[in-house]
Amino acid sequence: MAPLTPLLRVHELGKQFPGVRALHNVNLTIACGEVLAVIGENGAGKSTLMKILAGVQPADTGEIFIDGEPIQFQSVREALAQGVALIHQELNLAANLDLAANIFLGREPHQCGFIDQAKLHAEAAQHLKRVGLDLPSDTLVGDLPIGLQQLVEIAKALSCEARVLIMDEPTSSLSQHETETLFEVVRDLRAQGISVIYISHRLSEVKELADRVIVLRDGENAGELSREEINHDAMVRLMVGRDLSQFYDRKQHDPGDIVLELEEVRTPEHPHCAISMQLRAGEIVGLAGLVGSGRTELLQTIFGVTPSVGGNMNLAGEPFAPQNPREAIRAGLALAPEDRKQHGLILQMAVRENASLASLGRDHKNGLLNFEAEETVATEAVEQLAIKTPSLDQATVHLSGGNQQKVVLGKWLALKPRVLLLDEPTRGIDVGAKREMYRLMEQLAADGVAILFVSSELEEVLGMADRAFVMHEGRLAGELPRDQLSEEAVMQLATGTPLAA
Amino acid sequence: MKKNILGILGLLIAIFVITAVLNPKFISAYNMQNLVKWSSLYAIMGVGVAFVIITGGIDLSIGSVIGLTASLLAFTLSKNWDPAVAICAMLGLSALIGLVHGLLVTKAKLQPFVVTLCGLLIYRGMARWVTDNQSMGFKGHDQLNEIFSGKIPITDTFALPMPFVFLVVIAVAAALFLNRTIWGRYLLALGNNEEGARYSGIQTDNLKIAAYVICSLLAGISGLLFAFELDSVQPAQTGEFYELYAIAAAVLGGCSLRGGEGGILGVIIAAAVIRLIYNSINMLGISTHLEYAILGIVILAGVVADELIKRYTAKRAAAKQR
Ligand SMILES: Nc1ncnc2c1ncn2[C@@H]1O[C@H](COP(=O)(O)OP(=O)(O)OP(=O)(O)O)[C@@H](O)[C@H]1O
Ligand SMILES: [Mg+2]
Repeated sequence: MAPLTPLLRVHELGKQFPGVRALHNVNLTIACGEVLAVIGENGAGKSTLMKILAGVQPADTGEIFIDGEPIQFQSVREALAQGVALIHQELNLAANLDLAANIFLGREPHQCGFIDQAKLHAEAAQHLKRVGLDLPSDTLVGDLPIGLQQLVEIAKALSCEARVLIMDEPTSSLSQHETETLFEVVRDLRAQGISVIYISHRLSEVKELADRVIVLRDGENAGELSREEINHDAMVRLMVGRDLSQFYDRKQHDPGDIVLELEEVRTPEHPHCAISMQLRAGEIVGLAGLVGSGRTELLQTIFGVTPSVGGNMNLAGEPFAPQNPREAIRAGLALAPEDRKQHGLILQMAVRENASLASLGRDHKNGLLNFEAEETVATEAVEQLAIKTPSLDQATVHLSGGNQQKVVLGKWLALKPRVLLLDEPTRGIDVGAKREMYRLMEQLAADGVAILFVSSELEEVLGMADRAFVMHEGRLAGELPRDQLSEEAVMQLATGTPLAA
Repeated sequence: MKKNILGILGLLIAIFVITAVLNPKFISAYNMQNLVKWSSLYAIMGVGVAFVIITGGIDLSIGSVIGLTASLLAFTLSKNWDPAVAICAMLGLSALIGLVHGLLVTKAKLQPFVVTLCGLLIYRGMARWVTDNQSMGFKGHDQLNEIFSGKIPITDTFALPMPFVFLVVIAVAAALFLNRTIWGRYLLALGNNEEGARYSGIQTDNLKIAAYVICSLLAGISGLLFAFELDSVQPAQTGEFYELYAIAAAVLGGCSLRGGEGGILGVIIAAAVIRLIYNSINMLGISTHLEYAILGIVILAGVVADELIKRYTAKRAAAKQR
């Protein structure tokens, strides 16, 4: 039923960065009201392609057609005028302004320079309704959870009469529920004839949502799947170029002694909730719950980022009360944080410097940098995690999102910690790297490391955890041993429903 | 994080050559000696403030710290303090000032601009009050004079001034610290992303405090050098506006006011450029009323040229790969 001229056509697009051929002769078409998923390994060129379509950066070669007309975008504004809008993963909303002001930022309806408030709010309300946001248009954006903020971004794009909506990993920081809401909105938009280009590493989501999938590999078209052909294995085969078997390779562990013990620990964020738990050597423990349930805060308190405001911790039987990350690191802990840009990386610094940053304090000679050790640490990280970078001296800001995540992980693995805290370790990394990550966790556990990992991907918790804690509104809602771990059980606890006996 | 010093080095050479061609007296041993001396004095301040700028902060109090240490040194000597004690007291005082700045910035979470702006006012006021705003000299302190403003003869006519010796020692130590120690690396990291650095186990507060201490201590040392260079101290004037030269040298030398970027060599060359401009204006008979205007224009041009060179090399690198 696709119309003869597609809405948007990309012809032989190419883009080169220093040392990296990001895109090479890439072709793509999208019809009106089509949901097109673009998938590929980390660094395959997905984000680059989308940035070119949205006018963020120019292409080196190739052409873009809209309605059959060749066009050239010099800026985001020009792309918007042609109806192409990119929803950034880092949302660009002003938290101190209300919904209406955000939606029309820079395009406020006005009379003689005075904002026409009545019109502003009336029109904003319409766009909010289109994305299913049932909120007064004078709600402050900062008061909304991240998932709803994303819907505001979409409303903003619609208000510019976007015809092609590009979403780069929109669900990576959304809760399950928020993801479902987003999908409903996308289906609605499709029914209204709006085209959506959608990037994700979560193949189950792609399967659920996409009408068609195109696959990029090393900056080139690697294949295309129509609705009927979309399945997990086919996608993986096109992305990686071979089959990946045995995704979760879990062995039975014999947990050792208790390494870390929390007794009624209270985080500054949720001071009324006392949390007690134990971690044993060689154990992989999941920490599940909805986004915002206090999981990240708990990890931060264990790691000394935000010291606890009550209770005790014991590390291998010794009292342990880190006041800052350094003390935690010295005691043998490591935390790979959730937010790689703010907490994980020094973006302007090279891969080498980032990978070694946490282990400098261990490897130095009387305070002098040990360049050999640094090289070893960085090389190991790149090899072990298959980080795609032209050299160790590439600034991490120029790496693809998934490869940035891998650098963060590499930095912490280099410390060879006793207790490894992972906050959404596989966010944004591709299938191959995910499997590698799981293999690494498995291997670390076998070496006696105690692992506590936060994940919003239930599948991952079910696949990897020996047991799981579930959090709800800042407190520990329950603990599930492996034989009781199920999607229903986790969701029940996570939403605050007591488990049926 | 490349230190691009070629641009600023080119600027130095260009002004140098032009002035030398237009006025042969420029390269006389006497003038060169003066140029080296004053460039060194500026560079020491510049190196100090570079540390603070790398953390993403700023220090506006440098000139007043110079005024305070210079005045108090003259004052205490006139009260017959032992010279060694007086010098140590001045160094201790300037380090203490840096410590207070650092604590206010990190623990009280005040903005560096505000803290050091107040410092600028406070230390100047203290200097004038303690000394009753009297000019003072250093008669009878030949030994101190020898240490701080003596000369090491090289040829019959050219001698290396002591401030240059101070600069070499300070610059080597600073460059080693910044590029070869883990703390230097930490400083650059926290200047780029403080939270990220903290998550990596870096004691960001302590390092920032250290940066302010280094900056004020170097300002204090400059104060001693200036005092003997000028031979007399005016509590109301000595060191006035010098923080601006220091900051200009740091910025022109490649430090980003956003933090996380900068190198020692660039700052030293930039300090020399600033001093050279002054000298050239004199040598070429340009009206001294234009001094500030020319200085401003050259610094602006330098920063713009630096940015253009950066973009050009990035583009060329990209083109080469194709
Ligand atoms: N500004 C830049 N400078 C240099 N290299 C870049 C730049 N932007 C992207 N690259 C490189 O281009 C390649 C493609 O990156 P891109 O961000 O498009 O990947 P991606 O498919 O979105 O990956 P991910 O799934 O990890 O987000 C990567 O190798 C990346 O390192
Ligand atoms: Mg990407």
